[in-house]
Amino acid sequence: MNSARKQKLGIVLSIVLGAAIAVSLILVAFDQGLNVFFTPTEIADGKVNAHQNIRIGGMVKVGSLVKEGLAGTRIEFVATDTNIDIPVVYEGVLPDIFREGQGVVAEGYVDEHGVFQARQIMAKHDENYMSPEVQAAMEAGRHKQAQGSLTP
Amino acid sequence: MWQWLYKLGSPRHFYEMTSTFLPWLTFVTYFLLIVGLVWGLGFAPRDYQMGDNYRIIYIHVPLALGALWVYVMMAVMAAMHMIWNIKVADMVAKSCAVVGVSYCAVALFTGAMWGKRIWGVYWIWDAKLTSFLILFFIYIGVMALRSAFDSETSASKAASVLTLVGIVNLPIVYYASVWWNTLHQPPSRLSLSAEGANPPEIWIPVFFTGFGLIGLVFLLVILRTRNEILWRERRAQWVQDLVKQELSRA
Repeated sequence: MNSARKQKLGIVLSIVLGAAIAVSLILVAFDQGLNVFFTPTEIADGKVNAHQNIRIGGMVKVGSLVKEGLAGTRIEFVATDTNIDIPVVYEGVLPDIFREGQGVVAEGYVDEHGVFQARQIMAKHDENYMSPEVQAAMEAGRHKQAQGSLTP
Repeated sequence: MWQWLYKLGSPRHFYEMTSTFLPWLTFVTYFLLIVGLVWGLGFAPRDYQMGDNYRIIYIHVPLALGALWVYVMMAVMAAMHMIWNIKVADMVAKSCAVVGVSYCAVALFTGAMWGKRIWGVYWIWDAKLTSFLILFFIYIGVMALRSAFDSETSASKAASVLTLVGIVNLPIVYYASVWWNTLHQPPSRLSLSAEGANPPEIWIPVFFTGFGLIGLVFLLVILRTRNEILWRERRAQWVQDLVKQELSRA
């Protein structure tokens, strides 16, 4: 490689490196500000003010879902990150896969009683795809394991 | 091997060499796409919670990964053009931008369809979706910058520099769901066992459509590059001979 080309290679590398450093610094400065939702723990830590417009994300706690009203369109449930629980109320249409034990992202605000008043509910699904049969088999296996660990 | 690569750097050789393997590439691409789509849409098992809706994965994921792949190609070509001043590399980079922006557009559209059906919203400004939208805009920016110059030399230099700067967005798009919490799910871990999540019967068709769409990238990029070669070399004797030959056949 002659010197002119070496110089150009240097230019190419410095463009890429320069851009990478600049963007990394920006991302580090944003810290966790790029997260799309707050977890219940972050809310308990006082990271958001009451009535501030936010999104929260967590799991719909198993056994917490209550449907009210004539058509069952008013719902209450507990969103949890397994550490802190936060009660959520919502009235409106729900995504099909919304259910207990499922990931959820809700948009709204925390009221003065510490209840999250949701304006919109979104269902979050994970990166695991499988057939109903496999899922049922895994679920059964998990139950068996749980029972086994309970016996003395 | 090196001589073969070196020859691809000459517009005339690039044109002649691609003429011989274009039919093969076309056949393989169509074969992979048809097998992958029929298998994925018709025969792969349903998902336990999304039912048949998840099948959009067989188009959405390969398109989104394809859009990232085209960018890598475009960036390598831009670097080769800047360092060694290879004209064909610049023409390939120019073709890559058009293909990449198309893949981005369709990935954004299929993602919105999937999002509305499963999440309940077409769009959310999370890190994954936003960084992918930025990728779409970078492609548009590269194309706009190239067309903003009258001189072809200045245009390709400017487009190459912007292409290199845009590389920084690629890892962000890929790892967004890992680095930050997003509504979009993180990349899946594939499993070799049929007993757990992401079994081969679900992901093998993704590989077929995936390689099919990569084949389509090469096909479209090569076809566009050939047009670009004919246009830029329109005063060369070999192009004029070729045109005369085609005209006499018609």
